[in-house]
Amino acid sequence: MAILVIAEHDNKDLKDATHKTVTAALSMGGDVDVLVAGKGVKDVMGQAVKIDGVRAVLGVDHKVLERQLAEAMEVVIVPLMGDYDAVLAPDTTTHKNYMPRVAAKLDVQQISSVTGVESADTFVRPIYAGNAMATVKSSDAKKVVTVRTTAFAAAGEGGSASDKMLADPAGSYKSEYIGEELSKSDRPELTAAKVVISGGRGMGSGENFKLLEGIADKLGAAMGASRAAVDAGFVPNDWQVGQTGKAVAPALYIAVGISGAIQHLAGMKDSKVIAAINKDEDAPIFQVADYGLVADLFKALPEFEAELGKAGL
Amino acid sequence: MKVLVPVKRVLDYNVKARVKSDNSGVDLANVKMSMNPFDEIAVEEAVRLQEAGTAAETIVVSIGPAKAQETIRTGLAMGIDRGVHVQTDEDLEPLAIAKILKSVAEAEGADLVVMGKQAIDNDYGATGGMLAAMLDWPIGSAANSVEHDGGAMTVVKEVDGGLQTVKLTLPAVVTTDLRLNEPRYATLPNIMKAKKKPIEAKTPADYSVDTAPRLTTVKVTEPAARKAGIKVEDAAQLVDKLKNEAGVI
Ligand SMILES: Cc1cc2nc3c(=O)[nH]c(=O)nc-3n(C[C@H](O)[C@H](O)[C@H](O)COP(=O)(O)OP(=O)(O)OC[C@H]3O[C@@H](n4cnc5c(N)ncnc54)[C@H](O)[C@@H]3O)c2cc1C
Ligand SMILES: Nc1ncnc2c1ncn2[C@@H]1O[C@H](COP(=O)(O)O)[C@@H](O)[C@H]1O
Repeated sequence: MAILVIAEHDNKDLKDATHKTVTAALSMGGDVDVLVAGKGVKDVMGQAVKIDGVRAVLGVDHKVLERQLAEAMEVVIVPLMGDYDAVLAPDTTTHKNYMPRVAAKLDVQQISSVTGVESADTFVRPIYAGNAMATVKSSDAKKVVTVRTTAFAAAGEGGSASDKMLADPAGSYKSEYIGEELSKSDRPELTAAKVVISGGRGMGSGENFKLLEGIADKLGAAMGASRAAVDAGFVPNDWQVGQTGKAVAPALYIAVGISGAIQHLAGMKDSKVIAAINKDEDAPIFQVADYGLVADLFKALPEFEAELGKAGL
Repeated sequence: MKVLVPVKRVLDYNVKARVKSDNSGVDLANVKMSMNPFDEIAVEEAVRLQEAGTAAETIVVSIGPAKAQETIRTGLAMGIDRGVHVQTDEDLEPLAIAKILKSVAEAEGADLVVMGKQAIDNDYGATGGMLAAMLDWPIGSAANSVEHDGGAMTVVKEVDGGLQTVKLTLPAVVTTDLRLNEPRYATLPNIMKAKKKPIEAKTPADYSVDTAPRLTTVKVTEPAARKAGIKVEDAAQLVDKLKNEAGVI
């Protein structure tokens, strides 16, 4: 059995989501290769060969792969699948965009956002916003799987895989990259952070998110939000945690002014410890919170920040 | 331009799914069902394209049981011209759904398919990408805004790092994200009008595609429950607990 893992990277740095996906692949059993598709991928390949347990790193380097758009990724991956029994990618927006395309070309039913690997053909995945866990067995000859990376530990970095460059993806494409507007932040990435502090509609405005910043600084936390806070324009769309946003599972998740709708819980209830600040003692968020503080956030947040200071943070 | 909008009837987003005691699935007996929220956004976008004079005709299609007709009527009441109902009691997988949708898109001569990025019941998020592949069309997934100009569609997509803009040569598939628009409520007169709009009755067999399932559900279980926590008195106690009890700061 041979498994292809598609690397998550930004053409410079290999992302941890790759290491986690490799762990999922290794637990299926068999040889695991990593594909780095992008532009100027030499450095990223150099990082990928170190991942523990990886047999070979394949690289494909072309301008059309710079953003890993769906059509070009299809052209790269589908022909490679002659040599592989399964292809796995992290369930980030980049890979969610093209993996169904690969699955359709292979006439395979994709298995999305798996949180568990039972065997080479049987996987566990959340459905209904994580209110049920389905164990599914695939009868397809080849498996196309996206991986909920928060559910897997990252593979280590003591390996020394071989590497190989592949031919350019030929073809003309009907979609074209125009530009992007990325949120800039010096904070850790939401899905990789050890501490996440999120604000909801209760924050009242984007300006008020400043109340969370001092705390985030002290805790080295990433900042997130509920859908309501994003819809209201308080913060950018990529801050949304939940069923249809990002899934996070930090050591500590702090929910502030968030009621705890099922769609929000779906994205954060696997956090190790959950703390919540909400003025409504009946808010559903308290049903999943290890530590609940019933208080007005405008009073509680400055106090919380000051107490962190007193505790030496 | 002809716009096709695939819509799915799902457990209402406000209802908490309950796992059946025999672990065979989720209990859908006597619970509120609605149009998948992302599909409502797709319907709204199609109606807006029509109101703007960009779309000449809009068609809503749903694959599902007899009751899926209600979901189609909801789309018609929001302003879609007509419906196609592909009736089946089987819970088809995205691969099979995409194959049927491909046939419908070809039969209708659609120039644009606008659909949800994800069905909130199975959470696959796969059908749009599969359909685009089968048609060999480009895709703009998780659209935050769309702009039509001539033979192309510019789509601003929600991505993990922020927003990304792509330009698609039509025909194309666009999948919706939450911020694309705010779906309208159907007014009573429009609900009445929708009753007279035509719905074509079809079955999967009409399209002669392979809809055999590829996955078998071994079991469906409750997720691991979290232990009930405690309420703290104030910020000082919260910091103390996080530091000295949980050891996470
Ligand atoms: C298809 C679909 C997908 C969705 N996907 C997601 C998703 O991915 N992520 C997500 O988060 N949601 C998602 N939602 C939305 C979800 O259903 C809820 O509407 C949303 O999570 C509510 O956000 P909120 O908790 O910030 O707002 P609200 O529910 O309005 O809660 C605000 C909370 O703030 C508290 N509050 C107000 N003022 C103060 C104060 N001064 N001090 C302390 N507390 C205060 C209130 O008591 C209340 O509990 C989705 C919905 C749909 C239909
Ligand atoms: N049974 C169905 N009938 C019509 N459209 C569907 C059906 N199932 C899925 N879709 C469409 O495909 C989208 C994504 O669904 P999924 O891939 O199942 O998450 C939905 O938002 C719908 O637009």
